[in-house]
Amino acid sequence: MLPYTVKRVLMIIPVLFGMSLVVFFMIRAIPGNPAQVILGQKATKEAVAALTHKLGLDEPWYVQYVKYIGGLLRGDLGESIRTGAPIAEEIWPYLAATIELSLVAMIIAVIIGVNAGIISAWFQNSWFDYIAMVLALLGVSMPIFWLGLMEQWLFSIQLDWLPTSGREDVRNPIEPITHLYLIDTLLSGNTEQFWQAIQHLVLPSVALATIPMAIIARMTRSSMLEVMKSDYIRTARAKGLSMFWVVYKHSLKNAIIPVLTVIGLQTGLLLGGAILTETIFSWPGIGRYIYDAIGYRDYPVIQSGILIIAAIFIFINLIVDLLYAAIDPRIKYN
Amino acid sequence: MRRNKWFTWLAMLLAAVLVFAGCGKSKESAGSGSDKPSAQDTLVYGRGGDSVSLDPATVTDGESLKVTKNIFDTLLDYNDNDTSVKPALATEWTISEDGLTYTFKLRQGVKFHDGTDFNAEAVVFNFERWANGNADTFPYYGSMFGGYKNDESHVIKEVKALDDYTVQFVLKRPQAPFLKNIAMPPFAIASPTAVEKYGDKFGEHPVGTGPFVFKEWKRNERIVLEKNKDYWEEGYPKLNQVIFVSIPDNSARLNALLKGEIDIMEDLNPTDLKQVEGNKEFQIFKRPSMNVAYVGLTATRGPLKNKLVRQALNYAVDKQAIIDAFYAGQAEPAKNPMPPSIPGYNDAIQDYPFDLEKAKQLLAEAGYPNGFEIELWAMPVPRPYMPDGQKIAEAIQANFAKIGVKAKIVSYEWATYLDKLAKGEADAFLLGWTGDNGDADNFLYALLDKDSIGSNNYTYFSNDELHNILVEAQTISDENKRNELYKQAQEIIKEEAPWIPLVHSTPLLAGKANIQGFHPHPTGSDKFTKVEFK
Repeated sequence: MLPYTVKRVLMIIPVLFGMSLVVFFMIRAIPGNPAQVILGQKATKEAVAALTHKLGLDEPWYVQYVKYIGGLLRGDLGESIRTGAPIAEEIWPYLAATIELSLVAMIIAVIIGVNAGIISAWFQNSWFDYIAMVLALLGVSMPIFWLGLMEQWLFSIQLDWLPTSGREDVRNPIEPITHLYLIDTLLSGNTEQFWQAIQHLVLPSVALATIPMAIIARMTRSSMLEVMKSDYIRTARAKGLSMFWVVYKHSLKNAIIPVLTVIGLQTGLLLGGAILTETIFSWPGIGRYIYDAIGYRDYPVIQSGILIIAAIFIFINLIVDLLYAAIDPRIKYN
Repeated sequence: MRRNKWFTWLAMLLAAVLVFAGCGKSKESAGSGSDKPSAQDTLVYGRGGDSVSLDPATVTDGESLKVTKNIFDTLLDYNDNDTSVKPALATEWTISEDGLTYTFKLRQGVKFHDGTDFNAEAVVFNFERWANGNADTFPYYGSMFGGYKNDESHVIKEVKALDDYTVQFVLKRPQAPFLKNIAMPPFAIASPTAVEKYGDKFGEHPVGTGPFVFKEWKRNERIVLEKNKDYWEEGYPKLNQVIFVSIPDNSARLNALLKGEIDIMEDLNPTDLKQVEGNKEFQIFKRPSMNVAYVGLTATRGPLKNKLVRQALNYAVDKQAIIDAFYAGQAEPAKNPMPPSIPGYNDAIQDYPFDLEKAKQLLAEAGYPNGFEIELWAMPVPRPYMPDGQKIAEAIQANFAKIGVKAKIVSYEWATYLDKLAKGEADAFLLGWTGDNGDADNFLYALLDKDSIGSNNYTYFSNDELHNILVEAQTISDENKRNELYKQAQEIIKEEAPWIPLVHSTPLLAGKANIQGFHPHPTGSDKFTKVEFK
């Protein structure tokens, strides 16, 4: 498996290279001069020209691209056009915020989705099955934007259980160490802030988890139904083994492979959903960072941000593929 | 059996999440009581976006300036409700007969937040710094003072310290709005020591003499300012801390206000007004209007080249209906390209009434008895002067349809929208403008002069008579004569009709009921010196 792993890791390089090329040209195809956008509606023509020149945006595209790639190879992600801050230094807090949010969302989606799928399959055509599948259908079709605002309205304003937005209480801010606040608050031993961090996570992560949760539930259900038809499961059931034993000991091992693929894909897609979730819940994550950057035509931030997300996506897929082999010994990679 | 471990893990996590959620709930209800101490001294101000830089001279965006306004002071400041000037760091001033020499007496005993003395040298240092810059480094300086040090058009000949607390500005030619310009937030006086110490990074370490001291900035999240205990205005500021937080979505921001996470919110949707008005815990703040929303009629495109057509379209729009439907009544119909609060406003102008018959008649006269087809561009982003571009465009589309003009609604992402407008690609389009310094020049010249084509004159309207008037008005220092010229200018604009002026809106803010001393300023930048909680 080692050669396979190495091959897969090496493959990442051309993929990222291609990605950088595509992103580089796509964002330049959008109309709108960054200098004009940054200086605003009220800027003079001279100011725009001066800034365009300073940013090197009047150079030919291939010069700009070569400079950009050269920087990347030296580990330089460039500087934000808008704020002038080096992206490599600036990006981690945003990335950490999104990672924390997505991880929690994914954990919620997997735990609830997989279990709902299993129960639905086991009690196929029961009321639970119907309700779960209707909810899953709703979950897939629910706009995150609307769901987020409804969550805020219900759980924050009407019930007063949870905060509406942000990662922390601004009047009692968390001191960042790793920028993963659950970890930071534990490291500093501040339990009160740890609860605070969790409370802030609940609504956005549930909003973000909805779609993957629904998809995972449906996938698990159909996959489980398939497996449960097989002889060895029927035998197991006939022997009078408990549901827990049959499902978690025998069926899930085989049913989980396609579910794992879905989980991998959904984790990647989560980053897309994160933009909306982060806007509604003013979560200072990478989705919003890139979204704002698009509004300002902040080319370096868009390029480097998307590249990092692509790298994460590729990395997750790699892990999923390797997990197949770990879970199912029949799968061999050469 | 790693699979078993995996599931044990998941089960534990699930349990943990449930426990957390449960605990969190009881914790929250316990915490919300202590969140509201009897005498609150921290103000959390919720807004839509983050600042770009906290060096006010380097930026043009309102989000940056509304923060720096509290860290820095200017020589002169605007009065509470308009843009007339009052003393700030300068206590008094004299203007020479010829309007070329301005002498300011400075406030004594003031120190910058880093302990540096504020004096005439500091003022000279700041103006020298800007004058030696360029359009890229200090954009506002060039546009307000006619360029930079070596430019022919640069208004300021020299700035000199006569003694420690007297500073003199010598101009090359009179500039009527000079005092108003000096009072703009970008021309706030920064600590020379700090500027030299931080260099390019000054925008992240702002040091001024203002009521609040910069403490912390977490980008896209919050900016924290703390009370300046040695502030020169006796007994102020009242607050101990001001925190600016960014919550991009208007509805989410309202939710945060209702939940008590923020104390004041900007940009309340007019449609949400009722929700807050009926609630005793909150109050509405109305920002005096200094804006205009309009339909631009690109004067170089198709039928819109014809003045009669543009006039006809002016007759066809029912402004009051738009105000009732989309501004919750919080706007007044516009008849001029600038709001009535600006000196030089021509109130004698009679607006085009909503008159479809007259409109049809004019179209027929212009040779379009059966109307024509155009594109109507809708703004993709909400602005205080334009809460919902798409819906307002639909209303106007329906109005136009009644006189046979078929408008197709088009929209682009904001930066693209402005880019295409600047190239003159739109027929008719929605847009607006918020004034910077309360001067007529900042509306009429910036938006409708032929010099501004390619920047903010998106209608490509070019009129030599208007141009001569506006340029003349720029150099006259006699207020009355100037205002006469602006009144004439508005007559020409009314007649030529390059715009359908729609409304002057009243931007709405909402805040806790016990907030006192907060008076939203027309410029959009507020000083929190006198704000307190009852």
